[in-house]
Amino acid sequence: MNTDELAAALSRHVEPVDRRLIRRSVGLALVAAFILALGLMAVSLGVRADLMTAHAAVFLVGKVAFAIAIVGIALIYLLRLARPGGEHKVTSRWPVAPFAAAILLAAVSLAFSPSSHWNGMILGDEWLECLLSIPIIAIVPFAVLVWAVRQAAPTNLVRTGAFTGLVAGGVSALAYALHCTTDSLPFVAVWYGGTIVLCTVAGAALGPRLLRWGSQIWTRFTSA
Amino acid sequence: MTTSETELKALMLASQGGDSASHRKLLERLSRHLRAYYKHKLASFGRGATEAEDLVQEALLAVHIQRHTYDPAEPLTPWVHAIARYKLIDFLRRSRTSRTDVPIDQADDLVAHDDHVAAENSYDIRRLIGKLPKNMQCAIEAVKLEGLSIAEAARRYRLSEPTVKVSIHRGLRALADLIAKEVNA
Repeated sequence: MNTDELAAALSRHVEPVDRRLIRRSVGLALVAAFILALGLMAVSLGVRADLMTAHAAVFLVGKVAFAIAIVGIALIYLLRLARPGGEHKVTSRWPVAPFAAAILLAAVSLAFSPSSHWNGMILGDEWLECLLSIPIIAIVPFAVLVWAVRQAAPTNLVRTGAFTGLVAGGVSALAYALHCTTDSLPFVAVWYGGTIVLCTVAGAALGPRLLRWGSQIWTRFTSA
Repeated sequence: MTTSETELKALMLASQGGDSASHRKLLERLSRHLRAYYKHKLASFGRGATEAEDLVQEALLAVHIQRHTYDPAEPLTPWVHAIARYKLIDFLRRSRTSRTDVPIDQADDLVAHDDHVAAENSYDIRRLIGKLPKNMQCAIEAVKLEGLSIAEAARRYRLSEPTVKVSIHRGLRALADLIAKEVNA
């Protein structure tokens, strides 16, 4: 079949397309990701017991705001990256902003505290739990988001993978915040920030394998 | 904004709305731009017109399958260029070309030239359609090759109309995979 015949064949009985498919898939995936992350957190870790006290509520709101800022900004870029050529409309300035704000607030809070407290403020009681929980809880949301992005056609797979990981990490951090009882800004900046960055790096590494479209030759990667 | 951009975008918008004639005109015009683009690019990798034609067909199929990912708020040229470039890089990786670094190029390069001298390509799409699962094969042959309507195809194969539509959609995606495998071999 020559190229003109192919063009003619593809043009027979063309159906209207659903332009909102990508937005709907990603939106649906995000809702599912939140539900799954919250469910996994509730079952495996449990919601913090003092949730209703004023002190806990203030820090919970702060942690949730940090996570929502990350997810919100990353989502805008993910929706652009999902389309061919979308990588030309992505800068790293805005996605970095929530992390920069958290680090700044953490520095201020350390500056106003005696240095003998710094160790406890940064490490808390549960840094190891946080380090493990956020990436592990992020796995299922990441898988759901990958499914959604695969409905589209990203042309920069590393960057799209990174932003998929960033959204998944943010969703996971939000769920983990409901469990976490370490109420310190430096802790959030280091361990929440660090683990979300880890999810982003993992997403960037997995992107080329998971998001490739138009040629499913998986063996290429193992033989290379 | 170039006249090509304006005209091609108008064709794409109509094609997204389900206008077959515009879709055909769009694919024909894009195939000429893609041919010029790929011939030029592949020449620097020591590849010829056959490979360029292979890529034109791969890219046309991708444009067709992915046309829902074009956002009307954006210009069309960068969208087509991104697909063309993605397919080129994918092709170079598959064919294990030692050089896979494709120099950065501009989206406008794509519509700057066209080439209507089609070469033979290396695979036969009709034969590859024959390798698809039964439903997909029947749906694509009836609607895309014979030109039956969705309703007529559904009646002939005793399938529902949505099944025929989904079979065509999935079948064309599977066909793109088969082509990629074929060009790899």
